[in-house]
Amino acid sequence: MITLDGVGKTFKTRRGGHVQALSDVTISVRSGEFVAIVGASGCGKSTLLRMVAGLVKPDAGQLTLDGKPVTEATEGTAMVFQSPTLLPWMNVERNVTFPLSLSGRDVPEAHERGRGLLRSAGLAGFEQRMPRELSGGMQQRVAICRGLVQKPRILLMDEPFGALDALTREEMSLSLLTLWHANPMAVLFVTHSISEAVLLADRVVVMSPRPGRVAEIVDVDLPRPRSFDQEASPEFHRCSKLIRDRIYSGASRAH
Amino acid sequence: MLTKAAARVRRNLPILLSTVSVLVGWEMVCRAFGIRPFLLPAPSAIWMAIVPIWPNIAMHTATTLRTVLLGLLASIVVSLPLALLIASSRTISAAIYPLLVLTQSVPKVALAPILLVALGANEFSRVIITFLVAFFPLVVSSVAGLLATPPELIELGRSCRAGRVKELLRIRLPYALPFVFGGLRVAAALCVVGAVVAEFVGADTGLGYLIQTSMAFFRTPVAFGAVVILAIMGIALFQLVEVTERLLVPWSSNLEDNSNEEN
Repeated sequence: MITLDGVGKTFKTRRGGHVQALSDVTISVRSGEFVAIVGASGCGKSTLLRMVAGLVKPDAGQLTLDGKPVTEATEGTAMVFQSPTLLPWMNVERNVTFPLSLSGRDVPEAHERGRGLLRSAGLAGFEQRMPRELSGGMQQRVAICRGLVQKPRILLMDEPFGALDALTREEMSLSLLTLWHANPMAVLFVTHSISEAVLLADRVVVMSPRPGRVAEIVDVDLPRPRSFDQEASPEFHRCSKLIRDRIYSGASRAH
Repeated sequence: MLTKAAARVRRNLPILLSTVSVLVGWEMVCRAFGIRPFLLPAPSAIWMAIVPIWPNIAMHTATTLRTVLLGLLASIVVSLPLALLIASSRTISAAIYPLLVLTQSVPKVALAPILLVALGANEFSRVIITFLVAFFPLVVSSVAGLLATPPELIELGRSCRAGRVKELLRIRLPYALPFVFGGLRVAAALCVVGAVVAEFVGADTGLGYLIQTSMAFFRTPVAFGAVVILAIMGIALFQLVEVTERLLVPWSSNLEDNSNEEN
């Protein structure tokens, strides 16, 4: 459903120079598929997500959604950022339904759906709390619910657990999978963590930096539902090792 | 409730004690050295001077307060739309901002007599002078707030296909409110300054006028009384801004210290 064909992007720097963020990226994501993108800092992962979201335009290649080129933000695509960025002046429930109210779809059913999502994210009873009363992990759950409330067909996640501590992170990965099973959609998940990528994804796209390009696409052949027990399995190790090798070989080539 | 009141007293005890000791020290110095009241009146002398003429004082206070409030209102009414304009477009910002800075580099106190001649010695020109003295910090901090919105929130708005107006009014403006209130605190204090300056130059009532006329007759205690009332007015305005902020912007970081103390 999402097809990137030879996509590239070059940014102008303030001093008038050019930085090539992405070069010749070809990926296709099937509907309902969970794809993780792993790579060192500066490999253009975030740019890639923002392109799919329609916030950044590619200047080379083709980016299509269901065969149509992506030129602006499209309905059915939602984004979750590294920091929760909740609106401090709204309670949790209104934060979740905020995207709908922005586009004039702030109907009672929307609030019903928001509350349902909060329940399934383990936040029942927190609907009327203000964001600052919640822990970092809880705030990020709210941010994920805010993404899901739009019933997206594509969920773009930019290091969504990057700011959380290790334990909260593991807990959040499992609840993300639960939410994903209940709300089928394609997920593009950017992360620095190899084990997180393998645990969550059907396929892991390994990217090499400067310019960002696809170094490898690793199929993760682990049964679902996933659990942390699978981290001991040979397949988990095979995938992790493959990803790690590709990241470091790419890095050594760059130096 | 009682413990809350007790906590409040305890919190305000240091400032209460220091104020009382300053007043007592002042009184003692004046009496011990026999300082003549027209040079430095003791607090008791100030009190004795203004109490008998309190209806007169109240009238002057009301005039000044009116000018201050109208000036503050004008500052808000002008500054917020101006800040929205400046924040909404780089071109507009490039056109307006240098002009604003220019108005700031002109000393408004020097401008006051000129404006009074141009606009007449009436309340309107006094409000304009008050406004000119006070509005700039409000514009600057409002613009800073509008531009300080986290880029993720802007992207969220754009990914929800919100237009620029929606983005400005529903994301940037609420986000900027704590900054606006920060500017409002400064503007409130400056409004008192502006109103007094305007009254110095051209008025027949008001605390600024009272100070000038009193000093013409060496009635220093009355002038001091007017100064004290001006100070109280400034503090009251500051408190008013803070209470309003507490009601409208309870998430503001300007207030965080206090709320932590209460919890």
